[in-house]
Amino acid sequence: MTQQVIFIILSVVLIVSAILVVTLRNLFHAALALMASFLGVAGYYVLLEAGFLGMAQLLVYIGAISILIIFAVMMTRRLMQTIETPFNSQPIVGLLGAGLLLVILIVVITGLYSVTPGAESLLGMAPPVEPVIIESSVARLGRAFVSADGFLLPFILISILLLAALVGSIYIAWPKHEEENS
Amino acid sequence: MIPLSWYLIVSAILFCIGLYGVLSRRNAIAILMGVELMLNAVNINLVAFWRYLTPDRSIGLAWATFVLSVAAAEAAVGLAMIITVYRRRDSVVAEELDLMKN
Repeated sequence: MTQQVIFIILSVVLIVSAILVVTLRNLFHAALALMASFLGVAGYYVLLEAGFLGMAQLLVYIGAISILIIFAVMMTRRLMQTIETPFNSQPIVGLLGAGLLLVILIVVITGLYSVTPGAESLLGMAPPVEPVIIESSVARLGRAFVSADGFLLPFILISILLLAALVGSIYIAWPKHEEENS
Repeated sequence: MIPLSWYLIVSAILFCIGLYGVLSRRNAIAILMGVELMLNAVNINLVAFWRYLTPDRSIGLAWATFVLSVAAAEAAVGLAMIITVYRRRDSVVAEELDLMKN
């Protein structure tokens, strides 16, 4: 019961702030609403007993990505003006498309899984597991990352991707390089 | 006592809000914010399925971590590109970036 109340509060925060992100005129306020929705997702992770991912969400999304976005908003200041419309020429079509996808997804989900709580066989509640399994999940994750029959190759590829992104974003945003070319 | 479908429904709603943002915002930074919302929705699904179906294995958590890192890389490169485009063309409105058109 307590979990359900927490879930509903988190959902309201998440959905309201997500709607604010896509509708607010002022991009800076939209970035703040985006931080609130990231916080809601981190709450979900904690509710799903994935505390490590919740922490990573706090560090990576709220700590790094939101700050990057706020920096970008401030560096492109002219666009923070609130006179222009925030939408392009096709908001109605976009709304129709997204709404259609939402209806299809909800029909599929409610057809596959039970919506009412209870009934463990229909995944109406989280299957109870021994606390030691949840507690050792982070250790298992770490071992899976460095074992050859686990995720060693994707792990190495991700590190190369992050290095490439780091070097690439510095190269792209380097001002000298701009002046040489133009 | 939370059914799996609740997580899936909230994540579907979040995904569609993000999709709407991507389809209908003018500003490139706002489009990037919509993409971040969609990636978060996917991550909620991954973690929810991990907890409900395979809590004794780490596949869901591992993929959620990969999505997290790819999102970080995407945001860094995307925002660097937006700042460069702003410097050159003095605009980050996606409709005005038509250098490769015609």
